[in-house]
Amino acid sequence: MSRFEYAPAPESRAIVDIKSSYGLFINGQFTDATDGKPFKTVSPASEEVLAEVSEAGPADVDKAVRAARKAFEKVWGPMSGKDRAKYLFRIARLIQERSRELAVLESLDNGKPIRESRDVDIPLVAAHFFYYAGWADKLEYAGVGDDPQPWGVAGQVIPWNFPMLMLAWKIAPALAAGNTVVLKPAETTPLTALAFAEICQQADLPPGVVNIVTGAGRTGQALVEHEGVDKVAFTGSTEVGRAIAKSVAGTHKAVTLELGGKAANIVFEDAPIDQTIEGIVNGIFFNQGHVCCAGSRLLVQESVYDEVLARLKRRMGTLRVGDPLDKNTDIGAINSAAQLAKIRELSQIGEDEGAERWSPECELPAHGYWFPPTVFTGVSQAHRIAREEIFGPVLSVLTFRTPQEAVEKANNTPFGLSAGIWTDKGSRILWMANQLRAGVVWANTFNRFDPTSPFGGYKESGYGREGGRHGLEAYLAH
Amino acid sequence: MTTLDSGVDSLADVTSSEDRLRRFLLGLPGVDQVGAEARAATLGTRSIKTTAKAYALDLAISMIDLTTLEGQDTPGKIRALCAKAKRPDPADPTAPQVAAVCVYPDLVATAKHELKGSGISVASVATAFPSGRSSLAIKVQDTKDAVAAGADDVDMVIDRGAFLSGRYGLVFDEITAIREAAGDAHLKVILETGELVTYDNVRRASWLAMLAGADFIKTSTGKVSPAATLPVTLVMLEAVRDYHEATGLHIGVKPAGGIRTAKDAIKYLVTVNETAGPDWLDPELFRFGASSLLNDLLMQRTKLATGNYPGPDYFTLD
Repeated sequence: MSRFEYAPAPESRAIVDIKSSYGLFINGQFTDATDGKPFKTVSPASEEVLAEVSEAGPADVDKAVRAARKAFEKVWGPMSGKDRAKYLFRIARLIQERSRELAVLESLDNGKPIRESRDVDIPLVAAHFFYYAGWADKLEYAGVGDDPQPWGVAGQVIPWNFPMLMLAWKIAPALAAGNTVVLKPAETTPLTALAFAEICQQADLPPGVVNIVTGAGRTGQALVEHEGVDKVAFTGSTEVGRAIAKSVAGTHKAVTLELGGKAANIVFEDAPIDQTIEGIVNGIFFNQGHVCCAGSRLLVQESVYDEVLARLKRRMGTLRVGDPLDKNTDIGAINSAAQLAKIRELSQIGEDEGAERWSPECELPAHGYWFPPTVFTGVSQAHRIAREEIFGPVLSVLTFRTPQEAVEKANNTPFGLSAGIWTDKGSRILWMANQLRAGVVWANTFNRFDPTSPFGGYKESGYGREGGRHGLEAYLAH
Repeated sequence: MTTLDSGVDSLADVTSSEDRLRRFLLGLPGVDQVGAEARAATLGTRSIKTTAKAYALDLAISMIDLTTLEGQDTPGKIRALCAKAKRPDPADPTAPQVAAVCVYPDLVATAKHELKGSGISVASVATAFPSGRSSLAIKVQDTKDAVAAGADDVDMVIDRGAFLSGRYGLVFDEITAIREAAGDAHLKVILETGELVTYDNVRRASWLAMLAGADFIKTSTGKVSPAATLPVTLVMLEAVRDYHEATGLHIGVKPAGGIRTAKDAIKYLVTVNETAGPDWLDPELFRFGASSLLNDLLMQRTKLATGNYPGPDYFTLD
C-alpha cells in the first residue's frame, strides 16, 4: 500500500489585490513620498517582487506627525471614549471580515505559513482591537489614576516577524487611550500595514488618527527623533532599542521597548512528555523561530535527556517545510536574505565551537530564503548559540540536574523576555516562576498570546508592557 | 535504544506482580489535557485534497468494522449488512470492501456464513458487552461462544469499575483470561474512554491492555457518550507507538462510535500518519468502528470521481 502523501493544498492568492506601488498613508490619504526613494518588497518564499513601496524621508515623517498632532488636538483627543470605541469596534469587525485576505497577504509578504497567519496572527489582531475597544470608555478604571490622559502623538516602529499583530499591539491601545499614531512597519513587510490603512479609510476613521510611513531604519530614526512625538514605542532588536533609548533620553518623550530574547524552555523529568515535545517544537519552530520570546534554549533535566532528544528528533522529522500558502506547511520561509545570512552565520559558529548540529532530512525549495529546522546538542552556556539571539529555527539544547541549576542557567543571560516550565508538579511551577527573571513565564505551554495578558521583558529585553490593562498604562500620562 | 528482547523482558517483569504493575502504570508520563487537545486540533486542520483525499477515502473504507449492535438486530439485518460490507457501493465495484462486520455473539454464525470467502472478518463483541458487569466465568463463556461460532475478532470490554478503583491486577487478569479463551482470534480491548474520563487513565488503560495481550486497543462501545474523540485516539496512538518502540510489537487502534463523516475520518488518518506513523495506515493496525460513516465516505468518493454529489438515496441504508 502506498503512503499517505498530502497533495498540495494551496490557499488561493486571488483574494488579495496587491497594487504595483504604494504611497504613504498620511492624514487619511495615500500620498507620494516627497524625499525618499521607493523600495521593493518581495515574497521571501520565491523572491518575487510583490510591490513597490515609498520610502518616507524626514519631510514625510514631519508631515505625518503634524497630521497626527492636528487629529489629536481637533478630533481624537476631545472625542468621548465611547465614540472612540465605536471606531475601534468597527476596525475589529472589518479585520474579521477581511481575515482571509489579510492572512494570505501576511503569508505572502512575510513567508510565514498560512496555518499560522490564518489561525494565530489575524484572529489575535482582531481580538486586540476588540479588547482595547472595550477599554476606550473605561480608562478611569484602568488603575492609573482617576483622570488618565493620553500622551498625544505616538511614534511606533514595529518588526517584520508578526507585521500585523505588532501593528495591533501598538495601535489598538494607543487609540483606545486617545492618542493618535504614526507607525512605521518593517521595510520587508509593509503590505498588511498598508492594507490596514485601507481598513482605516473603510471605517471612516478621522484623517490623521492613524498614519503609516513606510521605510527602513532612516525613516524609523526620523520618526522616533521627531520633536512632535510624545510617546515612542518600539519592538525589535536590542541593538536598535538601545539607540532609541539613547536618542529619547533627556527629552519629554515616554518610551516602551520590546526587544530581543533568548528564552529558556525548561523540561523536568516528570513533564507530560508528548505535550512537552509539542511545546518545544512550538517554542522554537513557530513562525520559523522569528519570535522574540522563542524558546531557543532548551534546558532538559539530565535523567530524561536521551528520551526527550529522541522524541524531539522524531517529531522534527514530521515537520513540513515549504510553500507558506500551502495549508499543510508547518515551517515557511525565512523573512529576508539578510536574516538567512545571520542564521547561517550563527549556526556555523555553533558548529565551529564544537556543538553538534542536526536537522531532519527535508527538501528545501530552490528559490527563496529557507533554513531547515535545526537542533544543536552538546551546547554549553559559553557557546555563542546559547547566548545570542539567532531569530531562526535553531534550537540549542543544554542539560541541568537540579531545579536550582535550571534557574541559574535560565537566568544567566542578558535577556529576560520569556521562559517555559514543563512539569506535572504545580508547586515547582510556582517556585520556578518566582525565580525566573523573565517577563512571561509559560507553564506546560509556550508561545501563547492573549490580548488580556501583559507581555514584556526584564533586563535587555526591554521595558514597559503590552497587552492587558498594563498595555494601556503605556499610552496614558499619569 | 531498547532492543526487542530486553524490552519484552523488562515489560514481563512489570507484570510479575500487581504491585509492580501498579507502580509501572502510575509511573507513566502524564498527559497534559490542554496540550493533547491542542495537538489534536492542529492535526485536524490538515487539508487533504485531490489524490491524497482519494487515497484517504479508500483507505478509510477498507478500515471500517461495519457495526450493528442493537437488541433489535435480526439475521435479515445482518445479511444486508454483510452484502454491503462486500460491495459497499452498488453503483461502483471499485469501492473497496470493509475490514470486518461487527455483531453480537448470537449473530456471528449468520455473518460468518454470509461473508464466507470474502476475506472480510467477523468481529464479535463479548464479555457482557457493553457494561462488562458479569462474572469472569460468564465473560469467558461469552468469548468461547463467539469464537466457536466463527468470530475472527473478539471485542471485549474492560471492567471499568475495577480500573477506576485502582484494581489494575484484576483488569489485567481478566484480559489475559479472555486472551486465552479467544484462542487464535484477534483480541480488541475496549477501554470505554468515556468512562475513564482523564487522558492519564486512557494512557494507563492502553498500556495495561497491551501488556495483557491485546492485539488492538479500542476506544469505546458506542453505548457511552462521549465515544471516540480525536484527542483520546491521539493518546492511544502515542501508547502503541511507545509500546512498539519498547517491544518491537505492533498493536492496533480502533476508535469506535461518533465518527460519522469522511472529514472526521480523514482527521483520524492524519493523526495516525503523524503520530504512530505510516505503518499504522493499514486495516491490520487501524480500524474505525462505525456504521453511518461508510455512506459518507462513499458519497465523498463519488463526488471526487464524478464532480457531483449523488443523493443519499443512491446509497443503501445498511
